Amino acid sequence: MRLIQTTGLILFLLGFAIFIGSFFLSNFQITKEQLEEVLTESEIKTLEPHLQHMVNQEYGSNFSFIHDLNQTFIEANEFTMETYGLSKVDLEAIAGSSGASYPRDFSLDVLDQVFNSGDEVDIFKKKAFTDYGGWLDQRAYESREGLLGDLGSVAENFNKYGIIGQKGFDKYRVKDLKYELAKSSSTGPVKDSPWLFLGLTYALGILGAIMYILPKIKSDGPPGIRNNNIHFSPMKHRGWLGIVTGTFFISFYIFLYYFPEYMTNWIIMVDPVSFLLKGSPAGRFFLYGFLYTLTILVMGTRMLINYRHSNYQIARTISVMFFQTSFAFLIPEFLLRLNKPFFDFKNIWPLDYDFFFDNELSTLINSGSLGIFMLGWGIALIVLGVPILVYFFGKRWYCSWVCGCGGLAETLGDSYRQLSDKSLKAWKVEQWMVHAVLVFAVVMTAGVLYTYWTGSSEILGLNTYGIRETYGAWIGAGFAGVIGTGFYPLMGNRVWCRFGCPLAAYLGIVQRFKSRFRITTNGGQCISCGNCSTYCEMGIDVRWYAQRGQNIVRSSCVGCGICSAVCPRGVLNLENASEKSRFNKPVLIGNDSFEVRE
Amino acid sequence: MRKIAIIGNGISGITAARHLRKLGDDEIVVVSGETDHFFSRTALMYIYMGHMTYEHTKPYEDWFWTKNNIQLLRVWVQELKPEEKQLLLSNGEHLSYDQLIIATGSKSNKFGWPGQDLPGVQGLYSYQDLELMEENTRNIQKAVIVGGGLIGVEMAEMLRTRNIEVVFLIREKEFWDVVMPKEEASLIGRHIIEHHIDLRKETELKEIIAGDNGRVNAVVTKSGETIECQYVGLTAGVSPNINFLKESGVNLDRGVLVDRYLRTNLPDVYAIGDCAQFSDPLPNRRPIEQVWYTGRMHGETVARTIMGKDTAYKPGIWFNSAKFFDIEYQTYGHVWNELKENEQQFYWEHPGGKKCIKFVYHKESNQLLGVNTFGIRLKHQVLDQWLGDKRDIFYVLKNLREANFDPEFYTRHEQEIVECFNRQHPSASITIKSGIFSSLFS
Repeated sequence: MRLIQTTGLILFLLGFAIFIGSFFLSNFQITKEQLEEVLTESEIKTLEPHLQHMVNQEYGSNFSFIHDLNQTFIEANEFTMETYGLSKVDLEAIAGSSGASYPRDFSLDVLDQVFNSGDEVDIFKKKAFTDYGGWLDQRAYESREGLLGDLGSVAENFNKYGIIGQKGFDKYRVKDLKYELAKSSSTGPVKDSPWLFLGLTYALGILGAIMYILPKIKSDGPPGIRNNNIHFSPMKHRGWLGIVTGTFFISFYIFLYYFPEYMTNWIIMVDPVSFLLKGSPAGRFFLYGFLYTLTILVMGTRMLINYRHSNYQIARTISVMFFQTSFAFLIPEFLLRLNKPFFDFKNIWPLDYDFFFDNELSTLINSGSLGIFMLGWGIALIVLGVPILVYFFGKRWYCSWVCGCGGLAETLGDSYRQLSDKSLKAWKVEQWMVHAVLVFAVVMTAGVLYTYWTGSSEILGLNTYGIRETYGAWIGAGFAGVIGTGFYPLMGNRVWCRFGCPLAAYLGIVQRFKSRFRITTNGGQCISCGNCSTYCEMGIDVRWYAQRGQNIVRSSCVGCGICSAVCPRGVLNLENASEKSRFNKPVLIGNDSFEVRE
Repeated sequence: MRKIAIIGNGISGITAARHLRKLGDDEIVVVSGETDHFFSRTALMYIYMGHMTYEHTKPYEDWFWTKNNIQLLRVWVQELKPEEKQLLLSNGEHLSYDQLIIATGSKSNKFGWPGQDLPGVQGLYSYQDLELMEENTRNIQKAVIVGGGLIGVEMAEMLRTRNIEVVFLIREKEFWDVVMPKEEASLIGRHIIEHHIDLRKETELKEIIAGDNGRVNAVVTKSGETIECQYVGLTAGVSPNINFLKESGVNLDRGVLVDRYLRTNLPDVYAIGDCAQFSDPLPNRRPIEQVWYTGRMHGETVARTIMGKDTAYKPGIWFNSAKFFDIEYQTYGHVWNELKENEQQFYWEHPGGKKCIKFVYHKESNQLLGVNTFGIRLKHQVLDQWLGDKRDIFYVLKNLREANFDPEFYTRHEQEIVECFNRQHPSASITIKSGIFSSLFS
């Protein structure tokens, strides 16, 4: 038994090592054909002179390749600026000779004389100046300095916003192109045999993990709570292994969200799977979904074995495994294959924060009746699904039965639940933070919809694109991903759900004020041992309530049921029942000397 | 404003302190040499097993005591001087009081076995015991536990998490059969063996032997068998921790003698919890109650008396609970290890052998007297109500669903239980109230 487990661990570590190793294992060589495939014609024209030295050049590492690529884009953009930018000479010429008499009216007609060569640059400059400086036409000026001042600000605006977008590469395009070029120019063993590497990493890792996990049925003894040695474990108690793991998670998310061009080998590795499922190559979010789903399945198996004595835990775990595999992963990919919009039927705004983004809305609206159904479904979940289901079952129906973030937290994250902070202070921080994110999400979405309907991107002096970009980068990627999962081994498995998830906040408000759900305590049976609080992933001090005989009605409770499972005296139970008895007065049974109210 | 001193920061002393604070603004000083803060003694095992750290076992955060103006003094009490109304402390200082509560708990029993004080031999009650156990069991292979009871089985469970081989000596025929009826005792015994404990029934300790290093090396049983081991756990019960009161003039027997109001013979001195002994015990109750729940109730009650609302200790229906490895146990009312003359029982055991339930009821009136349940959680409030209302066994079985406290989706056994009863009592033919739909839409 021990041997199987050790072998499993070795295989898993081997698979993991190959996975990590493959990150560094790529060579890159850009060919002309690839450029033509990835870039538009005009982009090639702009980029080629600066890319010349990279074409057909072999690179042995992603870091040096990306470095050169970065350099190329910087140079290309600088050159474009020089070429197309309005220079001082241009402005002087537009202002006219210093001999002219003032006051006079400025006229755009002068542009015909200044930009008269008829070449592409002059045509562009003339058009650009007309676009950005149209408001100068027929304006009266007292002096040449005054005119030059206005011309200068036109030039500044134009140089800043007009050129790179039209003639160069803006940051979004650069990010895309770096990734596309890196992926297509990648050569080496992973590219040559992705199946082999898929086997050496995923298959080996899964096999190892299963060999490690399955024997627990026997080796851990009879079914029951086995939290043995957790607080001595370097992995589960913020020891060195936990810190290493956390660092890996955090790095993974940083690369995934901000620097995907470095992880092209990992994406190439899952290309074959992607072709099988949707008939097109993988992107970074396919990789993420694939990895995420496998993790939930493997670690869900671990969960099923650990809690095989508890039907509640079994049902809940199978549920999150099912929803992740089908709703979050397979169905959206099949939809793509059928040329339908990518849609996760269980994702709900505001967790699904881009649900109302203009591009998403347009995609759905332009996808016929299915698209309209998806739109209606998504809205129905928000306005009906959440309140009705939370009323009957508490927010657990979503957070610990359906949600993908919850699914990962309850499977991969189960080993870290004891790391959540139970202090009153943490509760106060949580209340402020999670509701602030909800407000942020609502404001951001309101702005986006305002823009969608009015076409104006400015509201109260704020740029709605700016707000949504900030939300996406800081909340959507930074908080939910990097911190939310990266910090599992450091702050527990529900950091995002507890402190950041706006949907959890919304579900929580309903749960707190209008729901049949509560955790009841059993008379006077609590012995204040603290297992419930220790293993509450949401950092609820469950014991505080249990030892005074008070129902636990907390907005944050995701109803995972672990408090009830670890209680050695059968004190806690998750229940849906009449709202009347929900907020009970804390009374302990057993002392008839007087009524003991806490 | 009076100064109320409490010796002991366990559940009894701390509950008294909290309730005193709820009821008034006297100065409250809790003295303990054991730890700085109140922790859950019942959770000591989980610290050793790595389920929790010591911090997790503290029911209140550290700021709680300052906020509620309860002073905590980390020092041992050496002597009580009732004439001066003072305590002599281990740091040489004196602490004066107006009212004193003694809540010093227990210490492990040692019955004069040869070798009982050898290094590597210990009981388990206090935080210091836990630290010692950590020390004593480091890198050992085999341990012997002497004395079946709750602490014994907990210690066995603790040692197994460190892969230490455990030999468990019990004097009785079945595990804890001085408290448990034989069916339940045997069910627990089987489960202990399932966890690879070498359970030796009807085996008594004769002596403990030291090795060359002066530490325990083996035990010898009364039947002459020598069992090698590097650790011996003495878990044959606990007794009141009252040595420091010997010269104080407070009346002692096995514990500090108190009346129903938890008053000792000395004015303004009270005793509660494990260390208190009722000179006139309540019917069906022991003179010394060494249970978490009773300690808490003593604390709740004594606070009222000290605050001028004289309140006699009047516990309600007896209840208790425990967990033996993976099997939870609850009891309500009285289930003695052997049926009393006017008692009758109904016992159901799940075919898997890890769940059972026992009802004891009156032969003539059929009134329910007590319930033992293993592996099935019952609602305290419902059982308290039924026992208080003197419900009969038929009513109880008919409404058994109502009493279930198992988590959702757990297999329910009420139907089987009632069918089993009907088979044994063909005249009864109880039909169980189906509760599924009513509970869904209650």
